[in-house]
Amino acid sequence: MISVDVRSKSYGDVPVLQDIQFDVEQGQTVAILGPSGIGKSTLLRLIAGIDPKFEGTVSRPKNMAIVFQEPTLLLWRSVFENIQLIHPELSESAVREALSEVGLADKADLFPGQLSLGQQRRLSLARGFAGNPDLLIMDEPFVSLDEKTADEMLTLTERLISKTQPATIFVTHDTTEAARLATQTLTLHGQPATLKTKETLK
Amino acid sequence: MSVRAFSLLGLLGFWFLVAWIAADPMVLPMPQELFSPLWAELRSGELLFHLGRTLIRVIWAFTLSMSLGLALGLVMGLLPRVDRWLDPWLVVFLNLPALVLIVLCYLWIGLNETAAIIAVTLNKIPNVTTIIREGARSIDPNLKAMAQVFRMRKQSVLQHVILPQLAPFIAGAARSGIAVIWKIVLVVEFLGRSNGIGFQIHLYFQLFDVRLVLVYAMSFITVMLLVEWLILQPWEKRVRRWRTA
Repeated sequence: MISVDVRSKSYGDVPVLQDIQFDVEQGQTVAILGPSGIGKSTLLRLIAGIDPKFEGTVSRPKNMAIVFQEPTLLLWRSVFENIQLIHPELSESAVREALSEVGLADKADLFPGQLSLGQQRRLSLARGFAGNPDLLIMDEPFVSLDEKTADEMLTLTERLISKTQPATIFVTHDTTEAARLATQTLTLHGQPATLKTKETLK
Repeated sequence: MSVRAFSLLGLLGFWFLVAWIAADPMVLPMPQELFSPLWAELRSGELLFHLGRTLIRVIWAFTLSMSLGLALGLVMGLLPRVDRWLDPWLVVFLNLPALVLIVLCYLWIGLNETAAIIAVTLNKIPNVTTIIREGARSIDPNLKAMAQVFRMRKQSVLQHVILPQLAPFIAGAARSGIAVIWKIVLVVEFLGRSNGIGFQIHLYFQLFDVRLVLVYAMSFITVMLLVEWLILQPWEKRVRRWRTA
């Protein structure tokens, strides 16, 4: 189980986040909603352990995965290596399996720069799920994609989540995305941002 | 290739022209007048011996300054706290004239091989460090975060995340490095060694033999051109493959 307890986070003298507490069980998906600039990504960075400078505690599993807004790939390594180097414990066939899961089986030997943006995003998604994470963190994974591609990505993500069953925390500003994936929705509001109390179950 | 050949031929033509205008082989001999002294030096084995001595010093100084400069530049670029402490040192060493370092090394360590190589290495490290530090500062923070969340091993992060991003900076440092290093090696040999291209140039300078000064200088330039074409450029092409694919 993941439990998040952020008492306060500030950048310099400006408080950004305050009193944010919630738990996520294995297999649950939590969507964090809120207007842009409110500190959703900051919260994710605290949860992921990328930014340790805040007051409070986050208990997180060791086996985590993250999907950023940008694909954030190793552009100088092949598509295959982009999974294999991150998950050295996987066998070659497991890596190929992860690639075919997102429809990139025939692109294994290309460089990421030779893929379309949609394909790069799918590779980033495959990298996230390949290690069977206990906690999956996604930061606006479907933003700035055209409607059709975004919908394909959403369907793919839904399928991968139900297959691997991680605890998932993801940030979005799109309520329909949240409604489709999440078992629980949290909304940030205010300055410094904190959670709205209303929680909706799917 | 053809452009490169033409460009070099142009340089040769320029030499012909100037030598023809000067019309004094004591000042600047015609290019073809270098063949017989070159052949003589090759046959006696002198040229290859001194070339080899210089090359070994260049390789030592290059390897040492690249690896130390790379490590130092990485640390300074990635850890701002260390950078604040070491930056003034870097500025001091960057502005220390090569000649001062060489003389001090010879005075303190003695007129030997160690002093020669240390002098050249110390001259080059600050340069490499500055370039690599710039590279380390420009490393993508998102990739760093990615590596951290996925708990990649340190060695793997260095090899697959950090160094590839530094590759253009390493290539730049290596290229400017090798050019500067061999020039400093020549000065070091000129001042305090009894062999090497620099020593030979010193010798023929005292004998006022322009032809042999040119023969020795040219032969090492040739070696450096070969290093550039046969080692540096192919390596760079390989690490840049992903950009052009």
